[in-house]
Amino acid sequence: MLNERTRTRLGSTTQQSPNFAFTLCGLPDSKLSKSDQNLLQSISDLPIRLISETPFATMFRQVAHRLLTRSTTTYSAGAAASIRRPYSTEVVADASSGDSAFVEAWKKVAPNIDPPKTPIQYMEPRPPTPSTLPSKLTVNFVLPYAAELSKAEVDMVIVPATTGQMGILPGHVPTIAELKPGLLSVHEGNDVKKYFISSGFAFVHSNSYADILAVEAVPLDRIDPAQVQKGLSEFTQKLNSASTDSDKAEAQIGVDVHSALNSALTG
Amino acid sequence: MAMAALRKEGRRFAPLVSSPNPINAIRSTLAPTEEQVGLGVRSISTQVVRNRMKSVRNIQKITKAMKMVAASKLRAIQVRAENSRGLWQPFTALLGDTPSVNVKKNVIVTISSDKGLCGGINSTSVKISRALHKINSGPDTQCKYVVLGEKGKAQLIRDSKKDIELIMTELQKNFLNYTQVSVLADDILKNVEFDALRIVFNKFQSVVSFLPTTATVLSPEIVERESEAGGKIGDLDSYEIEGGETKSEVLQNLAEFQFSCVMFNAVLENACSEQGARMSAMDSSSRNAGDMLDRLTLTYNRTRQASITTELIEIISGASALEG
Repeated sequence: MLNERTRTRLGSTTQQSPNFAFTLCGLPDSKLSKSDQNLLQSISDLPIRLISETPFATMFRQVAHRLLTRSTTTYSAGAAASIRRPYSTEVVADASSGDSAFVEAWKKVAPNIDPPKTPIQYMEPRPPTPSTLPSKLTVNFVLPYAAELSKAEVDMVIVPATTGQMGILPGHVPTIAELKPGLLSVHEGNDVKKYFISSGFAFVHSNSYADILAVEAVPLDRIDPAQVQKGLSEFTQKLNSASTDSDKAEAQIGVDVHSALNSALTG
Repeated sequence: MAMAALRKEGRRFAPLVSSPNPINAIRSTLAPTEEQVGLGVRSISTQVVRNRMKSVRNIQKITKAMKMVAASKLRAIQVRAENSRGLWQPFTALLGDTPSVNVKKNVIVTISSDKGLCGGINSTSVKISRALHKINSGPDTQCKYVVLGEKGKAQLIRDSKKDIELIMTELQKNFLNYTQVSVLADDILKNVEFDALRIVFNKFQSVVSFLPTTATVLSPEIVERESEAGGKIGDLDSYEIEGGETKSEVLQNLAEFQFSCVMFNAVLENACSEQGARMSAMDSSSRNAGDMLDRLTLTYNRTRQASITTELIEIISGASALEG
């Protein structure tokens, strides 16, 4: 089980060799069943032999044992590559036509170079559409510098689409929604988490997976209302005194964002 | 005895004399009364080796320091690269991954580093870009390059100068953040016509392994075309579009956003790979320097001992010549 305790244990081992083993810190929360752990033991024996015996090798081996998550690398020929890090779960190249056609075309042109990998090989495949309505919505809320929510099971999400606040429940029809600056709220039981996001996109898939991508998101309690008012008045002034189109557009954006902030704070 | 002592002193403080040829040296050991010639040869060989050792030792120190610097930079940027990995996944989940798409206007965005001494990652990226260029340039298709980074530019400008549309360097001068990358992406989108953008970069898997990767971003028209044709993006039609007046407007925004997100992740991953590659390159360099130093030390000791032995022989044979 990779949990807090393991993480702190790892934290203490890495102090011995900071510049190398440090790179192995920072684990996602993932749970391994007993059978998977046994499977992992056998997998992890494979790649470890290929690491050259550097001074960090023993450290690496210990840490790598604990770090290997459930990944489908058992099947992949890429087991020949070095230790799998927990974030890059690698899936074997799709049997789908796109990848194999690409590999074919590649081999004709550059037979001596390995074809480059493509992003789909780094992703876990999404589950197919279930036949019955799922009870929970799985939400991935990502920002450029962090993944706020990753596969969180929630009851409902309300996103600020450009056409207004849109509520997403499990079983929602597949949608691509463009978002405008506004309030995003995540409802889990009686818990409501509110964020103010500055535009982005929201995808809802047929398997009750919702991906929300935002450029910037702030929890509501970190916003200072006084600053918001000040910004609003400043931008309204700029809008009134703007001369060129681009200035007007910028000022308009500022006004929009600040008024959205205002209504988010009050509403 | 006094002569020998004086001679020893002279040798230690003798400045670098122009080296007599080796034949002279051999003759001097056989003719023990020829002191000056033998003296010159001895001091030079150890001096040369000593200089060499000093420079190798300096190189070792420098590469060790560079490795430490790369390690600390790697630590900082790795966290950010990993956090940004969630950003491109929703797009791949929605639109699939179509590296083999057949389009008229291809643009290959090659991401490379600005500084050198980072192993083979830049050459790998350039090799992959060239191969992609070959795959995608046919009679009715065209393929252009957009190069990010000095090293990629230096390699590609040699043979593909006319195909390069845009060159951007000094990305990492300021702290890499999403705003900067989105401005960059905006630049590319405005100035380059494309049907498909293929971003080539090195994905950071671990400190010792970097995977060359290519991510494909399609223009909205091609997305529509592919979704009508079926295949992986086939079920795009089943998605309702919220927002914007028309579907194409939303798809346009989607494509631009996708490009900037994928670029952001790609640039961070490449920077990570660069630091990791530099770390291992500098590590092997210091190790090589250490090996060289060991060998030089052995040579130095051997030379030194040989010269001491020679001197002893000379003294002893000189002394015995005096007696007998």
